[in-house]
Amino acid sequence: MTDDTLDPVLVVQDLDATFPNENGGLRALRGVSFSVTPRQFVCILGPSGSGKSTLLRVLAGVLKPTRGLVHFAGGIPRIGFVFQQSNLMPWRTVLDNITLPLELEGMNRESAYPRAQELIDLVGLQGFERAWPRDLSGGMAQRVAIARALVHDPDILLLDEPFGSLDALTRERMGSELLRIWQVRQKTVLMVTHSISEALYLSDQVLVLTQRPGSIKMRLNVELPRPRIEEMRYTADFGRQVRQLKDAIE
Amino acid sequence: MQLPKTQKSTPAPPHYPWTALASLATGLAAWWLVSRFSGLPAFILPSPGMVLNRFILALQDGSLLVHTVVTLEEISLGLLAGTLSATALGYLLAKSRLFERLLSPYLVAMQAIPIVAIAPLMVIWFGPGMFSKVLICALIVFFPVLVNTVVGVRAVPRSLHALMGSLRATRWQTLRLLELPASLPILLGGLRIGATLSVIGAVVGELVGANRGLGFLINVGRGQYDTALVFVAVFTLVALALALYSLVSFFEHRLLAWQEWRE
Repeated sequence: MTDDTLDPVLVVQDLDATFPNENGGLRALRGVSFSVTPRQFVCILGPSGSGKSTLLRVLAGVLKPTRGLVHFAGGIPRIGFVFQQSNLMPWRTVLDNITLPLELEGMNRESAYPRAQELIDLVGLQGFERAWPRDLSGGMAQRVAIARALVHDPDILLLDEPFGSLDALTRERMGSELLRIWQVRQKTVLMVTHSISEALYLSDQVLVLTQRPGSIKMRLNVELPRPRIEEMRYTADFGRQVRQLKDAIE
Repeated sequence: MQLPKTQKSTPAPPHYPWTALASLATGLAAWWLVSRFSGLPAFILPSPGMVLNRFILALQDGSLLVHTVVTLEEISLGLLAGTLSATALGYLLAKSRLFERLLSPYLVAMQAIPIVAIAPLMVIWFGPGMFSKVLICALIVFFPVLVNTVVGVRAVPRSLHALMGSLRATRWQTLRLLELPASLPILLGGLRIGATLSVIGAVVGELVGANRGLGFLINVGRGQYDTALVFVAVFTLVALALALYSLVSFFEHRLLAWQEWRE
């Protein structure tokens, strides 16, 4: 739940991002500022090409901002990143894909197995430990990606349209799954999505970005009680907020 | 033998030992028939039996083994030196556009030189010993391995680089856990081509000027009209090339089990 009495875990101030291209540079973000409190679930909405993915990549430290400040409480955070595509390493089995973040922290692969196995149980992929990524369906592969993003106990979870490549039914199921995992793991989550109802259903705070260069057009605190249940998607209050966000995006 | 048509790695098709054997037997029979009934003298076309006898003789007096070992050493050292330098340089080229722009004129020129044409130069400069052959092997192996390294390293998905970045992977970790395994199929494809080319390199060097090796043996056989000996040397070279090719294929299958679906 949103709790403004907590100190923010992440503060973003006046962020600009411009990338070199053929005609001088592409300005993806302009003056983006917001803050996130611990264990908050934040969704980022916006039209296509509004710099949502860029924002996540800047937060992940993969891209350097041109100007502005990204401050994490407690120094450089551990990050769990889930991409639009599962982005698994095809030469590693399911289990070995999940151990990757631990190996990068210096743990050897075998001693990372028990921990990876816990995550496999959490995302419900028992029996697929030795499978190759090529043998998984889109939904299964994305669950492996979520397990990989959680295995090293990250301080913050960044999700870039994690269910974008899934069909509508799988997508709703994965959304509820993610919510369950989030309740168990108590992580701070920032998630980019195209789906307004998904954003409302999942998050405490919704940020709406403008057309490129993206800046924050609207910030909405979602007051729906937790735990969220499927029926909430069909209440009048939910519908009203969907409308409000939809108007902001267009 | 499967010819390396493309530089892309494709696992060998399943083997059909019986059809292969039947085909070889037919070829041998045809050879025997021609040598028996064409009336060609033995110094033009020796019969399979004569070649076999010469083979046994060369084995018994130890000469075949000595020359084979020399050629094999040249091939292995040349392949090793060529592959190591080409992968190292290829990695740098793949990572730096500036470096690529600076070096590409030389590399293109180098590829345009037929190695056969500069083999005599190598022998003049570095003598008839083993070193000039190793150098020729390394030169002939260098280019295909270099090109495949550049292609392989550049083909690593950006999204996986972003994953490694988000996990704060070091340069060395990215090389070891991402770039190497991701480019391995293309890298091994280059090595497979290099392996066959290195045999050519060694023999060309030996033919130009050497006092040992299978190419030298071919020269000796030619000079003495001992054509059966030339055949023995040629067959030994074929066996070497096949063995080397199979060795690389074997590693490809072992290391690339994850992409076995690529028929």
